[in-house]
Amino acid sequence: MTEKFIEVDGLTKSYDGRKVVDDLSFCVNKGEVFGLLGHNGAGKSTTIEMILGLKKPDAGSAKLFGMNASKNRKEVFARVGVQLQTCAYQTGIKVYELCEEYSALYSKPADYRELLDRFGLWEFRKSNVMKLSGGERQKLSIVLSLLGNPDVIFMDELTTGLDVEARREVWKILVNLKKKGLTILLTTHYMEEAEKLCDNICIIKKGRIITKGSVESVINSTPHDNLEDAYLWYMNEEEE
Amino acid sequence: MKRFLKLYSIEQKLFFRTPDAFLFGICMPLVALILIAVIAGGKTAGNTDMTYLETSFVALSAVGICCYAFMSIPIVLVDYRDKKILKHLYCSPCSPFKLLMADVMCSGIMSVISVIILTLVACLGFGYRMSGNVFAYIGCWFLTLVSMFSIGLLIASLCKTSKSMGIVTTIVYFPMLLFSGTSIPYEVLPGGMQKIANVLPLGVGIRLMKAVSSSAGIAGHVHELIILVVIAVVCGGIAVKTFKWE
Repeated sequence: MTEKFIEVDGLTKSYDGRKVVDDLSFCVNKGEVFGLLGHNGAGKSTTIEMILGLKKPDAGSAKLFGMNASKNRKEVFARVGVQLQTCAYQTGIKVYELCEEYSALYSKPADYRELLDRFGLWEFRKSNVMKLSGGERQKLSIVLSLLGNPDVIFMDELTTGLDVEARREVWKILVNLKKKGLTILLTTHYMEEAEKLCDNICIIKKGRIITKGSVESVINSTPHDNLEDAYLWYMNEEEE
Repeated sequence: MKRFLKLYSIEQKLFFRTPDAFLFGICMPLVALILIAVIAGGKTAGNTDMTYLETSFVALSAVGICCYAFMSIPIVLVDYRDKKILKHLYCSPCSPFKLLMADVMCSGIMSVISVIILTLVACLGFGYRMSGNVFAYIGCWFLTLVSMFSIGLLIASLCKTSKSMGIVTTIVYFPMLLFSGTSIPYEVLPGGMQKIANVLPLGVGIRLMKAVSSSAGIAGHVHELIILVVIAVVCGGIAVKTFKWE
């Protein structure tokens, strides 16, 4: 039987009377790459934050490995790696210091030297994190999310703002992680990215699910032959 | 513990890279001590039986506390919250509380370094000797540190943004530094300003430290001790209750 790593059931959240996440339900199985797609402000980051226990839902529930993240923080986060949108680091901190600090958060961390080497960051280990390029910084955030040897990683708009080359490089890393059987939940604006990486996707608009399923089934349910056109078709369909 | 010390050692390294921390917490009291000692070190301070060197040493030993409590602690914690570092740490099996404690410890260590350097210069450079009980003075110094740090933590808890924190720290830091008898000797302050110094929390701590460092001793100053304990408990308690990770 397929093991469900993430279960989201009827998740709802409002800010000042405006629903930002509206009755959202989906599951992510072990080894699956799941993409949460939608425009800016569609509710993707809020959904991730509720799954991680960073925000309390108004209704519904989210479970990671069958547990509530806010109630079983230690157990859950020993198996979860997170890259949050717009996360900065301490002023003046160097790459190796950041890795050592994040390694100290786990009882049995992965070897950060090996990870830096694998992701082509070893030569930057003594560099100030703020001086890294956007692509290098995002690769570093993947390294940090992998330090706890996680079973699941959350990537919130990992490639937003990166140039094409850096984005492709990050994709390559994620494809390799997928091959190794890591379960990934990612949010993105780039349909090419979702098409390349995701097994299943969920398109949301104003916090509500418009469609979900495998990338292929979502494309096939429209008159188009690629995800970007299919995504726009769904978005326009909703408008009409 | 080993992992906490790792966190602490990296945060301390970052602290040492901050020039403000050296300038305001270590260099400023040192320069003030040297100037006062050279200009009026041997003269009797006001109506007391202490010299300016004796009163200024005690008062300046609180400058480090003032600097790290009202500037470093709120600035670092609010900055980490703004940058979502605390939120990121929340998503790990380790409590972000440990990072907060590591940073408070950094400020504590910097305060200790400040007072050690000041003591060495006062003793070796100007022949200062404490007439009161050294251990009682050390105890009162630590109580003042805990009490002022809890006010700093309270500021970090209540201020939601770096901007509001900047305003509050400025309002708290400069009056404490200028009017509590730390940088400007209490004895030369006019009567009205002495009254202000008497009610400022740091002024209360300095009064207690001056008493125990002189032959006067702690008798007659128990209420200052109680005030500092109450500040530490109340401000520390509210800070913990109201702290937000983001």
